[in-house]
Amino acid sequence: MMVHVEEQSLVTVDKSQLVEKATQMSKEGWRLVQISCTAKETYELTYTFDNNYKCSHIRVVLPKGDLSLPSITGAYFAAFTYENELQDLFGITVQGLALDFKGKFYKLSVKTPFAPKP
Amino acid sequence: MATRTIIPFGPQHPVLPEPIHLDLVLEDERVVEAIPSIGFIHRGLEKLVEKKDFLEMTYVAERICGICSFIHGQAYSQAIEGMMKIDVPERALYLRTIWGEMSRIHSHLLWLGLFADGFGFESLFMHSWRVREKLLDIIEETTGGRVIFGTAKIGGVRRDMDTFALNRIQGELKTIEKQCREITDVFKKDGSVQRRTKGVGNLSNKDAIALGAVGPTVRGSGVAIDMRKLGYAAYAKINWEPVVETGCDCYARCMVRCRELYQSFDMIYQAIAKIPEGPVDVKVTGNPSSEYFARVEQPRGEVIYYVKGNGSKNLERFRVRTPTFANIPPLVKMLGGCELADVPVIVLTIDPCISCTER
Repeated sequence: MMVHVEEQSLVTVDKSQLVEKATQMSKEGWRLVQISCTAKETYELTYTFDNNYKCSHIRVVLPKGDLSLPSITGAYFAAFTYENELQDLFGITVQGLALDFKGKFYKLSVKTPFAPKP
Repeated sequence: MATRTIIPFGPQHPVLPEPIHLDLVLEDERVVEAIPSIGFIHRGLEKLVEKKDFLEMTYVAERICGICSFIHGQAYSQAIEGMMKIDVPERALYLRTIWGEMSRIHSHLLWLGLFADGFGFESLFMHSWRVREKLLDIIEETTGGRVIFGTAKIGGVRRDMDTFALNRIQGELKTIEKQCREITDVFKKDGSVQRRTKGVGNLSNKDAIALGAVGPTVRGSGVAIDMRKLGYAAYAKINWEPVVETGCDCYARCMVRCRELYQSFDMIYQAIAKIPEGPVDVKVTGNPSSEYFARVEQPRGEVIYYVKGNGSKNLERFRVRTPTFANIPPLVKMLGGCELADVPVIVLTIDPCISCTER
């Protein structure tokens, strides 16, 4: 009998520290794995990174009244897909996005963002 | 300066089994920029956690993809098992490895057929799918399903295979392996295949890492990233190394998949030789109340499952980042500077699975 649990670290930072932290991760050779958002009482964003099969997460919590955060596309260009997803599906404004689709990355037949407006 | 034209590629296109849209900015016949957009088949599967309990969600996870469905079910199960610290019987871990690698073989054979079709090699397409059918027969025999297995389960697997069945499928797999060699030799040596794939859709080693490529896309650029090295299921107990090619072009990505076929056959043989006796599942009690990220290597690359519980039977959040989503920025890079006629071949080399991407 065995359970496979991958060791993962998670650190919560203020959104003002996000770009600095992401730039540091990039310089240290971490690969961006994903960005996800959980929209409940607050908007909880998790940035996942990998370095040689080690997994590390950075978490940023946004209050419903302030749904904006800086882009990390300066450090990780590939973040543009995730950040456009945050804009399209969750209504979060990502400032300084290197490739901003302005709400047109997801071409859905239903109205977005899905998360209710505060 | 040449005249610039924008050509819409997709969402409906003969080489695309599923819809993705690219706005191709051309100068004469050369692509200078590709602008992707998705969302045509968004199904809202993540939101289903509000209606389905965490045990029922295994069936939903299996339906995220119609090709690597078993591995989606396995990844979801592993995420819940990691969150709830559920001990899984060792025999179940070996069975997951066997069915997972069968899924990889069937997915790669399907892709090889589609790829051959993409550059007009119809007979190679038919041969690839003919051999794939034999593998689907084994899957049907052992799980009851051809594509949606319904076999992954939190705490183990739903079905077992006895020694007689394991030995028999090993014999059948050896015949299929021999037939695969006839197909992959053509991909490897045929001049017409090489003319359409060598030096086309380049993705340098540096770009592959910087743009977050995964799966055969990153391994075709000389980077040995394969989540099976995390050691989940029985991967820590069998001998294998990630398949890597250094050509950085469409041919290299094709060769990674060809070689991974034989790696998967070998993994199945090793798993059959080492599988221990014992139960195949454990009873799951209680409700999940923390969070966990599970990473698994699918045929297209790394998939990550995020689950967050709140002590009730319904999860608070269920999120899936699929390999095709991660391979969109590398695809945009590969398309820059290519000829318009090469676009379908390049798009196919990331093995796009849009149903997974849209969820």
